[in-house]
Amino acid sequence: MPVRVDERVLAVGGGSVDTRRPAMESPLVDSDDIPNLMACPQCDALYRAKAPPPGERAVCARCHTVLAAPRKRAGTAIVALAVAVVILVGAAAFLPFLSISVIGLGNAVSIFDAVIVFTGGELALLAIAMAVLVLIIPVVRALLVIYVLVPLVLDRPPAKYAARAFRWSERLRPWSMAEIFAIGCAVALVKLTDLANVEFGPAFWMFAGVVVVIVLQDRFMCRWSVWNALDRK
Amino acid sequence: MVGMERAGPEVTTAREAGLVACRRCAKVWPMGTSTCQRCGERLQSRDTMSLQKVWAWWVAGVLAYIPANLYPMLQTRTLFRRQEDTIIGGAIELFLHGSPFIAFVILFASVAIPVGKFLAIAFLAISVGRADSFGAGARNRLYEVVEFIGRWSMIDVFVVAILASLVQLNVIVSIAPGPASLTFALSVIFTMLSAQAFDSRLIWDKVDPR
Repeated sequence: MPVRVDERVLAVGGGSVDTRRPAMESPLVDSDDIPNLMACPQCDALYRAKAPPPGERAVCARCHTVLAAPRKRAGTAIVALAVAVVILVGAAAFLPFLSISVIGLGNAVSIFDAVIVFTGGELALLAIAMAVLVLIIPVVRALLVIYVLVPLVLDRPPAKYAARAFRWSERLRPWSMAEIFAIGCAVALVKLTDLANVEFGPAFWMFAGVVVVIVLQDRFMCRWSVWNALDRK
Repeated sequence: MVGMERAGPEVTTAREAGLVACRRCAKVWPMGTSTCQRCGERLQSRDTMSLQKVWAWWVAGVLAYIPANLYPMLQTRTLFRRQEDTIIGGAIELFLHGSPFIAFVILFASVAIPVGKFLAIAFLAISVGRADSFGAGARNRLYEVVEFIGRWSMIDVFVVAILASLVQLNVIVSIAPGPASLTFALSVIFTMLSAQAFDSRLIWDKVDPR
């Protein structure tokens, strides 16, 4: 992948840096130029922000963090995928993810059931944590993304508090664990095969779908482009 | 002017240019700005409290990980017996009963990843203040791996919750989560917070002393 970040500022006598004119706040950079700059969030390297052509990525020259990776019509795709997450996770909450049967006795549970089963017990915290990590956070993230991106896709000005909403969506990212739950279901199934007949329920397949959707969404999402679009007010 | 042995290409940091960068949205502001005017994130050129927070969460994570290994993760009651499995005990059981692959997955997710994470975070936090013995690029990569992989330790907690909610067949067999499931979950969460508290920009500051 070609490095597409243009003009590393101050790259040995770099053009944009004005060392003669001491600005109050920042001695090295012309204060009018500040809005055109960005820094790698991972290593603080300073760059002149410029969009790479769609389909290409801009990578930090020092730590190789992807800084921008715009794609054409990504907004529409991301909104569609976020809607899919809301529907899939919302429905999967109430449908059984696994079913078990041993000599005539059977059981099938949804995540919602699981929360009900544990509440009151000592391990209610565990059930609540699972519901939050597997259901609530993925859905909240998807809703935030829809809220932020729909006006942008429709070429309208950003929604009120859109930047804040997007910041929260980003902040919640590591805590969204739907895909981990899907793998957990598969492990549980293997663990139980000796003990009983176990089958995947509809919610498992929905979570499998969520895994694919989240991976796709991550590929389409160029955070830099979203932040930039939110800047145009 | 530039030493050849310096890791990575020559870059100017926002800090050197008298700017403070937003770690959330990458925008830069004049040094001294306290919150990002675009996204509202709190701005700090370098998080001076970073290492303290890292160590505090790290200690909490390690402390929670100890009972997670000593107490049972799962309590299985069948008609004839009652069995309690710790993480490692459960994996050995699985291995002996013919699912070596799953045993390996469990051991990897519940032992190798958490212990590896503790060591990796400690290494990053210690090496940040020391001379550059291990390249900044490699340490940065290690940090990315730690951040990426941390959440996957939750898999064992989910498996326990799934098993316990599903296997409730009256007298024949029932499974209940043991106390270790909660402390293990806490350990994973604390370790994730520890990794998130680490300011990765500190890794690079020592590389480029100017």
